[in-house]
Amino acid sequence: MVRERSGRCSFSAFGGGEGSTSPTRRRLLFVTAGAGLALLVPPADATEAAMAEAIRQLVGEAPLEPGKVKLELPSIVENGNTVPLTVSVESPMTEADHVESIHIFNQKNPQPFVAAVHLGPRTGKAYVATRIRLADSQRIVAIAKLSDGSFRSGGADVIVTLAACTEQ
Amino acid sequence: MARVLINLPQRAKRGDIMEIKTLIQHPMETGYRLDNKGVAIPRDIINRFTCTYNGDEVFQAELFPAISANPFLAFSTVATESGELVFSWTDDRGQTQTETRQITVE
Amino acid sequence: MNFLLRPLVALATTIALAAAPDERRSGYDIAGPEIRAMQDDDTANPGNLWVLQGETLWGKPTGAADRSCADCHGDAQMTMKGVAARYPAFDAVLARPLDLEQRINQCRTEHQKAEPLAWESEDLLAVTAFVARQSRGLPITVSASLELRPFLALGKQLFEQREGQLNLSCSQCHDDNWGKQLAGNLIPQGHPTGYPIYRLQWQSLGSLQRRLRNCMTGLRAEPFEYGAPQAIALEFYLMERARGMPMDAPAVRP
Repeated sequence: MVRERSGRCSFSAFGGGEGSTSPTRRRLLFVTAGAGLALLVPPADATEAAMAEAIRQLVGEAPLEPGKVKLELPSIVENGNTVPLTVSVESPMTEADHVESIHIFNQKNPQPFVAAVHLGPRTGKAYVATRIRLADSQRIVAIAKLSDGSFRSGGADVIVTLAACTEQ
Repeated sequence: MARVLINLPQRAKRGDIMEIKTLIQHPMETGYRLDNKGVAIPRDIINRFTCTYNGDEVFQAELFPAISANPFLAFSTVATESGELVFSWTDDRGQTQTETRQITVE
Repeated sequence: MNFLLRPLVALATTIALAAAPDERRSGYDIAGPEIRAMQDDDTANPGNLWVLQGETLWGKPTGAADRSCADCHGDAQMTMKGVAARYPAFDAVLARPLDLEQRINQCRTEHQKAEPLAWESEDLLAVTAFVARQSRGLPITVSASLELRPFLALGKQLFEQREGQLNLSCSQCHDDNWGKQLAGNLIPQGHPTGYPIYRLQWQSLGSLQRRLRNCMTGLRAEPFEYGAPQAIALEFYLMERARGMPMDAPAVRP
């Protein structure tokens, strides 16, 4: 049985803790690099800067225009372990004009990446839904790469409250 | 073999945009957790998902530890012709699970 | 219905409603739209991964007797309908109630001649979820028989008794303060309609006993051992308290 490590929430003792797999704030960060090499590095969280860097690596010097990308997730979530998320992009999804990929980033998890999906005209709709883990209240950003090489972005803020004594 | 749930229509009209929903049993172990003896639990996540439609890749996802356990993915594809959709999930150990569903397009 | 009786019944119903409005709310009733959507859609509800596994186990011969659940019980959709809504139930030989997990393990040891499944093991959760799924939408109807009364009384006493370093009873939160916020969470009434539940916190399926242990740990109380008579009595009291409410296993909860 795996115990939730302390640090994430002082309320974890209120029925929350057992078996949780949430990322925690005080931790040793394991980075799995290349061929499964694990490096032990001091505690670190993804920060706004880390997210900005990850986005820059994707976008390069291209301008990042807001709009067309709709990122939906509940504005307040009771539990950060399983947060439903939907991204949709306004696009005709034709051979000539479609979304090639959607990239989702976060600010405060251990690393800035959440998921990247690759689409095309065969997808019909520029849309994806999944469930994500959030270590804390933060801003989530989705970036769409369009077939003309341009990038669009959208984002949403989410407040993660801590699991308390939720007996159901 | 992990349990999998896949939802897609069995029949569709040509040109219809079909919604596909998938769910697979997997811990999505982040690599950031310690067990109760203080030993790091190695990362083990599904890092890649693909969906092919009669051999053509129509959707692909790269997943990171921020994706919840028992990963859920919903996406869409255009019904083009009758045939099979193949769904595969690959984890950090290099194991791939594959599921196939038939579709009739009228 | 006889047309002369109709107005009488209508009147009686009106009085009953006015006298005792049902203020009971399940975890589903108070859940947000995202959690409800996740529970309602069979492909989106991760609890169904265990139901699927339970269905396989149901048909698989096991133990020295080489018998499957289906060999005795047939099609679970027929034979297990409403069964989970009646547990814990009295076992005449043991002269005490057994919960559904214990009943499944009793079947294994007595009829399949197999080892009992460990509490919270994937297989026990799977079979329990599969059986509980067959009661979806059906009202909780635990037995009101005389021999169960002492166990009900014990369960009620445990529910109302202050516990742990925080010195709180179940009742103080779930009877007196439901609907209020505890940190970011809404305090539910604590009706066990949907067990085993897929709890987002756990990212897994878990039993009512696991949930009770969580709550007790939260109170800084010593949790009951799995299968302890107190745990079963508390389960039984909770089911009696939720009598008539529809089952929604496998439920999704925060």
